[in-house]
Amino acid sequence: MKKYDVRSCTILRKEKLTQDVYDFTVEAGPLADAAQPGQFAQIAVPGKTLRRPISVCEIDRARHTLRFVFQVRGEGTRILAGFEPGEALDILAPLGKGYDLGDTNRRVIFVGGGIGLPPLLAAAQPFGKNAILVAGFRTKSAVILKEDFEAAGCRVLLATDDGSLGRRGNAAELMQGLEFDEIFACGPLPMLRAVCRIAEERGVPCQVSLEERMACGIGACLGCAVKLRGPDGEEHYGHVCKDGPVFRSTQLFLT
Amino acid sequence: MANLNVTIAGVEFQNPVIAASGTVGFGREFSEFYPLSVFGGISCKGITLKERPGNPPPRIAETPGGMLNSVGLQNPGVEHFIKEDLPWLRQQGTVVIANIAGNTPEDYCAMAEKLSDSSVDMIELNISCPNVKQGGVQFGTTCAGVEGITAAVRKHCRKPLMVKLSPNVADIGEMAAAAESAGADAISMINTLTGMRIDIKTRRPILRNNTGGLSGPAVFPVAVRMVRQAYKRVKIPIVGMGGVSTWSDAVEMMLAGASAVQIGTVLFRDPYAPVKIVEGLEQYLKENKIASVTELTGGMEEW
Repeated sequence: MKKYDVRSCTILRKEKLTQDVYDFTVEAGPLADAAQPGQFAQIAVPGKTLRRPISVCEIDRARHTLRFVFQVRGEGTRILAGFEPGEALDILAPLGKGYDLGDTNRRVIFVGGGIGLPPLLAAAQPFGKNAILVAGFRTKSAVILKEDFEAAGCRVLLATDDGSLGRRGNAAELMQGLEFDEIFACGPLPMLRAVCRIAEERGVPCQVSLEERMACGIGACLGCAVKLRGPDGEEHYGHVCKDGPVFRSTQLFLT
Repeated sequence: MANLNVTIAGVEFQNPVIAASGTVGFGREFSEFYPLSVFGGISCKGITLKERPGNPPPRIAETPGGMLNSVGLQNPGVEHFIKEDLPWLRQQGTVVIANIAGNTPEDYCAMAEKLSDSSVDMIELNISCPNVKQGGVQFGTTCAGVEGITAAVRKHCRKPLMVKLSPNVADIGEMAAAAESAGADAISMINTLTGMRIDIKTRRPILRNNTGGLSGPAVFPVAVRMVRQAYKRVKIPIVGMGGVSTWSDAVEMMLAGASAVQIGTVLFRDPYAPVKIVEGLEQYLKENKIASVTELTGGMEEW
């Protein structure tokens, strides 16, 4: 298998998880065999110039399938959401650097906000009961993937902005009092900032997944720049598609 | 079998499909898909005398039928290119074109000197990048500017010299003529058109640089018209680009007057585009009993 490739992938299963979040499982052949948690795919949208970057939510190597859970944000993702089982998506994958899981016997915490949860699922599954998920959503009806994390054996703690489910507030507040050796996070920037601060205060490693507008997805066009801190503290632009989407919190200028 | 070879400024290309600067970097990422020899040539990411960090993000915005970019010439500098990227690229079985941009005529001349002693096949003078204040675009929008910078670089350049023109001008034919008279061996055109998109929620431009360069199918008809205008004014070969996405676009661009085409934005959606375009060209020539692709150049008849 090449490092990444383009493939026409038949949709095997489609579900609508919330009003605007869709869940596709596709037959991905060798793309699934090569995929790692935290990586992403570039999915072509009929009639659109650019592909849409969508994170890999689950990898089933035995069945050679990939699961994608994405939110309709604009015209492109709306078109993708209109695809039905039996139809095929044109997918370029697997792309980028995913989460470095390390020893899955350690106690770790996954912190997700809204549509930031999907890339965390594949990373949390190998940890099973050693993982805690703290997840924040706008409201009860926006909650996604709760059962999937529970099925993987993870302890799940929820927060909603309006208090309609779980604790009222944000996911980062749920981290108080919990013990863990590493943090894995994905979500909106204010949440990631709070999580990185907590990691720094507690002196634990932290990996976060970022998003940026991108064109090629493979590191050639240099479109999805992100300011990074080098080993000597110097600033330079890296790229979310190739150097990420997952970065060590110490590489970033979020806090 | 139809002959796809083209010769531009004395450089032989095995086919007329060239990767446009800024779209395949220095080739490594695309070499994961196929041998880079599927391309007739590769115009490398624009390089400057010193390393450049590029513009702050966001750098990309999609548009109807195209995209805006404001990458801002992020590159590792000419020395790094010659030492680290060129030796590898040289072994990939394709023509290597170095695209150079500078702040001053001295920058361009210094790079032309260094690259003349390297193994690049051709130098493409980028005087048309719209995304940096000093990316040469100030040289590319007046006849005197184009003539001045081309003549200056010509004195230092011992490689075939191609000048990449900006479409953000009143009469591109005049710019082409200015480049030719100052000693350019070829012209490539068009660079991106300056554009802007605004986020209606935040009321700010999507791009951090406010404006960016428009590319993709949306600009194709503009590019075809401009290639035709230039073709009527100059004798030197023209490499046409701007939204070329399919083999039929390539045929159209060549009929307008191009000797070869560069492809860019289409590669982001379909990395296999060059394979399909080359195959499509071959088939078109065969079906129409055209012996050589060079016969297409300028083959249109105006009403």
